[in-house]
Amino acid sequence: MKRIALLGMPNTGKSTFFNRISGASARVGNWPGITVDLMAAKILLGGHIAELVDLPGIYDFHGFSEDEMVVRHFLENNSVDLVFVILNTTQIERQLSLALQVRELGLPAVLLLNMADESKRAGISIDLEEITRRMNMPVALISAKYGDGCRDILSLAARELDQHPPISAAELHARLASDDRIESEMESILNDTVQVPAQLNDRTTEQLDRIVLHPWLGLPIFFGVMYLLFQFIFTLGKPLQDGVAWLLGYARGGLLDPLFSGLPPWLNGLLLDGIYNGVGTVAAFVPIIILFFLVMAVVEDSGYLSRAAFLTDAMMARMGLDGRGFVMLLMGFGCNVPALMGTRVMRSRMLRMLTMLIIPFSLCSARLQVFVFMTAALFIPSQAPLVLFILYLTSFAAAFLTATLFKGRLPGNEPFLLELPPYRLPTWRQIALRGWHEVGFFLKRATKFIVAGVVLVWALTHFPSDVPSASSQTLAGMIGSALSPALTPIGIDNQLAIALIFGFVAKEIVIGALAVIYGMEGNALMGLMAQKLDWVQAMSFMLFTLIYTPCLSTIATLRSESKSIGFATLSVVWSLLLAWVVSFCFYQGARLLGY
Amino acid sequence: MPTETLSKLKPGQSALIRSIHAEKAFHQRLLALGFRIGKRVELIRRARFSGPVHIRIGTTDVIMRRAEARHIEVSDISS
Repeated sequence: MKRIALLGMPNTGKSTFFNRISGASARVGNWPGITVDLMAAKILLGGHIAELVDLPGIYDFHGFSEDEMVVRHFLENNSVDLVFVILNTTQIERQLSLALQVRELGLPAVLLLNMADESKRAGISIDLEEITRRMNMPVALISAKYGDGCRDILSLAARELDQHPPISAAELHARLASDDRIESEMESILNDTVQVPAQLNDRTTEQLDRIVLHPWLGLPIFFGVMYLLFQFIFTLGKPLQDGVAWLLGYARGGLLDPLFSGLPPWLNGLLLDGIYNGVGTVAAFVPIIILFFLVMAVVEDSGYLSRAAFLTDAMMARMGLDGRGFVMLLMGFGCNVPALMGTRVMRSRMLRMLTMLIIPFSLCSARLQVFVFMTAALFIPSQAPLVLFILYLTSFAAAFLTATLFKGRLPGNEPFLLELPPYRLPTWRQIALRGWHEVGFFLKRATKFIVAGVVLVWALTHFPSDVPSASSQTLAGMIGSALSPALTPIGIDNQLAIALIFGFVAKEIVIGALAVIYGMEGNALMGLMAQKLDWVQAMSFMLFTLIYTPCLSTIATLRSESKSIGFATLSVVWSLLLAWVVSFCFYQGARLLGY
Repeated sequence: MPTETLSKLKPGQSALIRSIHAEKAFHQRLLALGFRIGKRVELIRRARFSGPVHIRIGTTDVIMRRAEARHIEVSDISS
């Protein structure tokens, strides 16, 4: 099989082109020599089946950023038959260097001048015949976004594949050497073939920026936009999630329960309460992840994400983060899982790790359910908003404290230098493909881990099998009592400890777990809790629930995104520790004050 | 010729790049984005609270922190 690499600078529409050519057939692959995942897709080219690999966007082969290292290591370890060099035609006067570097390396290449629609509007004219001759490679004007010219690329590429022998990875390794001549050659080619008007007539971006990046209005607009996106995701996501839950419940009640009823109770429990519920936990995330990435595709592709970074960077820089991290942190208030996946826009690994470390402190919608229930049970209605407000503040404080403490250990080494692309409207196809791919990532990587975790918690709360489930005689109850020296000083009794063990799987089931533990539901459960707990204990429990591990799916995502079990462990241990310290200070402090 | 650092420009002012004092990695990024000696750059706006600056060079708009803009020396400032 032939291998084709797709190469280009950031913001050139590289991924759009990749999606256009590959459709939904793309998959994530691991490659020798590099540690990040790259997307690849099989495409049909004339008589060949070729594998098209989407390399990270780079400015230069000789840069030292992580992406540039990835590209070099990829090319040095995997032989490539052809390179598609894609560039943004409106910025051809600085982007042509990359194509010349590819040519210098002796890689067979096809040059794609993308965003032909925009460059035409900007008044840029290109002598295609002359530039093809001077570059000594096929050159095509395309618009990946609208598909113009994209079909012809395939036959162009097929012809190139037939003509050129591939160059071996070892040979390429030797050739990745100096390239001083490129600068002057680029100058000469551009002068002879491309005409760029002195001032690009892109007034729309200019005018939008004047409002969106306004010194005083910029931040309020940013928070307004975030709020609207948030509302959009969760107003639409809630009924979808409920729908998935209903479907799963329906399938269980109507089909699985009768089918498995003949099995011994422990096996029935393992299959239905363990594995099936585990799969259900995974499925519940699917609608939210799709919606989140539909929205993220719009925010990112429109160019607003870089603007948000501009607006919030002043604050985030002090904590060792950057403005994009703030956007993800806010998104985490909906659901931590897609927010963690969204940090992929950050290319510096250390910066990304630091951001991933603070996102789990965002008070997500699942935790909110627990807090709303507890506040309703133990506080009078007029106090409830204040309690929730304090919890939100604590959430921010925990995130910022963590960033400040860990920024020395995870120092971002990349300078903050981002392009501000002109505003663009993404197409529906781009948006839909993004959601589809991200759900694929999540399902592929998190399912096993989550199902295993749910089964484990099921086992802990149901064995030994001759005692009432979730009671203090089960394994979970024993763990709860074993932990009581640590949990009593923060006001958490054995029953609540079992609920916390359940909460490890997902915060949505904490209330359900309490119902099982106390054997009551709804108002009766609220009444009983109000009798058994005082407000100081309840607050301490809520603080602990807020800060300790959000859920199994978040841990699974942390592990798969960081590709490091050590990092996921660090996150879990740190959040447990912080949760305990905060609850301890609160509980003992309140008791000291006589409450 | 009086020189200043890029971070000192006021919004709307442009100037010519005189020198770039950056470590290798950052220097490469700047070069790839079109920052070369003799090129004209314009400061479009600065973010509040000592945030980043918005710079235009040729047809490219970039944002960088002020600390980074201090590595770039400019002269021939014009409004």
